[in-house]
Amino acid sequence: MAFLELSNLVKTFGANCVVKDFDLSIDRGELVSLLGPSGCGKTTVLRMVAGFETPTAGTIKIDGHDVTAQKPNERAIGLMFQAYALFPNMTVADNVAFGLKVKGVARAERDKVVVEMLRLIGLPDLGGRFPFQLSGGQQQRVALARALAVRPRLLLLDEPLSALDAKIRLSLRTEIREIQRELGITAIFVTHDQEEALSMSDRVVVMNGGIAEQIGTPFEVYSRPTTRFVATFVGTLNLFEAEAEGAGALRINGVTVRLPDEIEATRGGRLTVALRPESLHLGAGEVTLPATVEGLEFLGSILRIKARVAGTQIALDTFNRADAPPPAVGTKTLVSFAARDLVVLNA
Amino acid sequence: MPDNRLHQRAKPRLPVEWLGIFPFFAFVLLFLIMPTMKIVVGAFQTPAGGFTLHNLLDLNTESIRNAYWTSIKLSLITAGLGCAMGFVMAVAVVFGGVPKGIRGLLLTFSGVASNFAGVPLAFAFIATLGPAGLVTLWLKAEFSINLRALGFNLLSFWGLVVTYLFFQIPLMILIIIPALEGLKREWREAAAVLGATGTQYWRMVALPILFPSLLGAFALLFANSLGAVATAFALTGPQLNIVPIKLFAQIRGDVLGNPNLGYALTFGMIVIAGLANVTYIVLRIRSERWLK
Amino acid sequence: MSRIVAWATLIFGALFFLLPLIGMTEFSLKMRRGVYSFDAYIKVFEDPTFFATFGYSLTLAVITILFGIMLVMPTAYWVRLKLPQARPVVEFITLLPLLIPAIVIVFGYIRLYNTSSWLPLTGSAIGTDILLTMGYVTLAMPNMYRAVDTGLRTIDVVTLTEAAQSLGAGWFTIMMRVILPNVLVGVLSGAFLTLAIVIGEFTMAALLNRPAFGPFMQLLGANRAYEPPALAVIAFAITWACIGLIQLVTRFSKHERAKA
Repeated sequence: MAFLELSNLVKTFGANCVVKDFDLSIDRGELVSLLGPSGCGKTTVLRMVAGFETPTAGTIKIDGHDVTAQKPNERAIGLMFQAYALFPNMTVADNVAFGLKVKGVARAERDKVVVEMLRLIGLPDLGGRFPFQLSGGQQQRVALARALAVRPRLLLLDEPLSALDAKIRLSLRTEIREIQRELGITAIFVTHDQEEALSMSDRVVVMNGGIAEQIGTPFEVYSRPTTRFVATFVGTLNLFEAEAEGAGALRINGVTVRLPDEIEATRGGRLTVALRPESLHLGAGEVTLPATVEGLEFLGSILRIKARVAGTQIALDTFNRADAPPPAVGTKTLVSFAARDLVVLNA
Repeated sequence: MPDNRLHQRAKPRLPVEWLGIFPFFAFVLLFLIMPTMKIVVGAFQTPAGGFTLHNLLDLNTESIRNAYWTSIKLSLITAGLGCAMGFVMAVAVVFGGVPKGIRGLLLTFSGVASNFAGVPLAFAFIATLGPAGLVTLWLKAEFSINLRALGFNLLSFWGLVVTYLFFQIPLMILIIIPALEGLKREWREAAAVLGATGTQYWRMVALPILFPSLLGAFALLFANSLGAVATAFALTGPQLNIVPIKLFAQIRGDVLGNPNLGYALTFGMIVIAGLANVTYIVLRIRSERWLK
Repeated sequence: MSRIVAWATLIFGALFFLLPLIGMTEFSLKMRRGVYSFDAYIKVFEDPTFFATFGYSLTLAVITILFGIMLVMPTAYWVRLKLPQARPVVEFITLLPLLIPAIVIVFGYIRLYNTSSWLPLTGSAIGTDILLTMGYVTLAMPNMYRAVDTGLRTIDVVTLTEAAQSLGAGWFTIMMRVILPNVLVGVLSGAFLTLAIVIGEFTMAALLNRPAFGPFMQLLGANRAYEPPALAVIAFAITWACIGLIQLVTRFSKHERAKA
């Protein structure tokens, strides 16, 4: 049985329905990301789990117990905020010990946990500092230590990396993931950054307009998006208009493509198919289309080629190799892809 | 260095820049510092101009001791009650879930009421709680409650307290609402998920963060009440024995029979105000270690 | 705090603040036996001393405001532009009048500027008027300085000054055409607050023996029954008007800024 179960969650503010019939089960020790644009309801879901918002309908169960009616301070949950939210009047050590102190844990025991936690986040010597003396990344690590010190059943992370510099964001996300794995704690990570969601999570929930568009592993969400929204929101995507030729084939720009799996479409029906930039190759291959190079972008080890294929501009990624100079802008060339990389979108 | 001469020539410019605030310092010296110093010095002088401690020792009469004690008590009580009541009202309006418009209304009203001190305020309270005041008569007619028989007299210490609260509470509200608005929602939520009750949040997080503001407000309210002459004078006339009233009578007619005793009396007020503020500054520095 | 407790607190507070206002209004209407009338107000307005003292205080208030602005604005500007190291000192001094009671300051004036001193201001009526005005400028300084300084904080004083200088503007032009328009809201707020304080001021005017509105009210209060509450109502209305004007100016400027 799942450790955290959200069933039929609904939240309305006045006439505005922000979360619609949301279901999610999370296993013990799993890290699940809620990914979506701002206003998609991801933060509202998190705030309902934390207890700051009361669901209009639906239930929240942690470890088999219904906590829907419980107050935030009865739920034994850890929470990290975007704005750190350390108590400015307390030292780092007092911040970390806060949860234990309000629980009435004895001083000696508290001190032991503080030492342990500060070591865990790699700041063993900063216990006596005040928050204003720390960098943003250090503050956010202290916030993590504070959340973990009470041994919460569940860790909620509300865009904890958004306020930080790009470099610290990268190192901290690895660190958070490692600590989460080490402690085996169940976690929900809310973000609008797809790279963060894909790199950190066991599973990703892509949300839009208050509903879960797709729930799956990063691989599934990226490679097998089930809706047009997921396909366009996660990663870069090239879309082609196609025409169905029966259950196992379709036509793009007059070229017939045989599909490995059957699709539900009537002959002659219009379809949208998608291809990742890295699934396209220069030169002839399984399915080949003529193209004109329109632009080049160097992204370090990756070279992104903008080309016009069948009337639409597409992006094509190749590894940047010193021995193979890129094609000049304006060159007429061929691009190809494998039929199994083609994603047929339902929408 | 490419040009040393330029560097040297730039040096004597410093006093010129200070000249820009000369008018301000001249004004402050003439109309704030020197008058105050005149009194401080006068407190240690004989009428002939020699040094003496006699003036200060002469303050030690029962009447003057009582006046100081009443003044300090009045300032402490009105500042304390003003802070407490203003704080509760500010919390109610900021965190009580009342419409935002109420907050604006309260702020505007507080701006008016905190400046509605002095003579007219005394009139308002006489018309309300005085012997023939609206509330006094109403209580007598409707409930047979005789305020006077219960020991309440507007022209006494507690009457003064009630009247002073009319400007002390709004002043507190004006000072503390911005501070309350500075409390971040995340602090409250972080405390809640860590298991703290509402009371624990206020005791361990919110109040310590607000402490410097509360302290500053208390010091300001204390000074505000200590120096209030007009309200007390218009309310009770010259008979109430508090320092500012005594001083007022002394300046007008040398009732103490020794002009330098007036200096000493005033010096005492400056010392009390000064002590209150030194206490405030020390406490504030101690409570603000966590501020930049 | 629950909503019910919050409302209860606010209603209790409102009662404390509204009762004296209702009390004074009701009392001021009771001059004629048995019916409500405006007799007390008519009596007040028939008294020539009312207009004389009110006019006197109003004149002093206007001079106080003008002098205060001329003193405070260049100082605050100069400190921001050239002397940031002097800021703590200047700020501390401007706050002193909140700590030193007015009665102490005026007592100092009387002894420092008496007829036998080096600057015998209290020797003549006009000299005493000047002294009283200076006293009011001192009282108004904390509010005035803070209002102007807050206005200056929102603009980049150094860049604006350099830009104006590079276009050939002199100090007076910079002050009047660059700095003043930008801190006008602050200056006006400070001005109206000063007006509210000075109009009814009692202690300084009474001790310097000048025919101001504050001492007039006090004298009337000692001798009459129904006119004082009428005066209180008028004074309250004036205070409301001043604070209302501050709100209006602030709101108007926000509106203007939003449009820009």
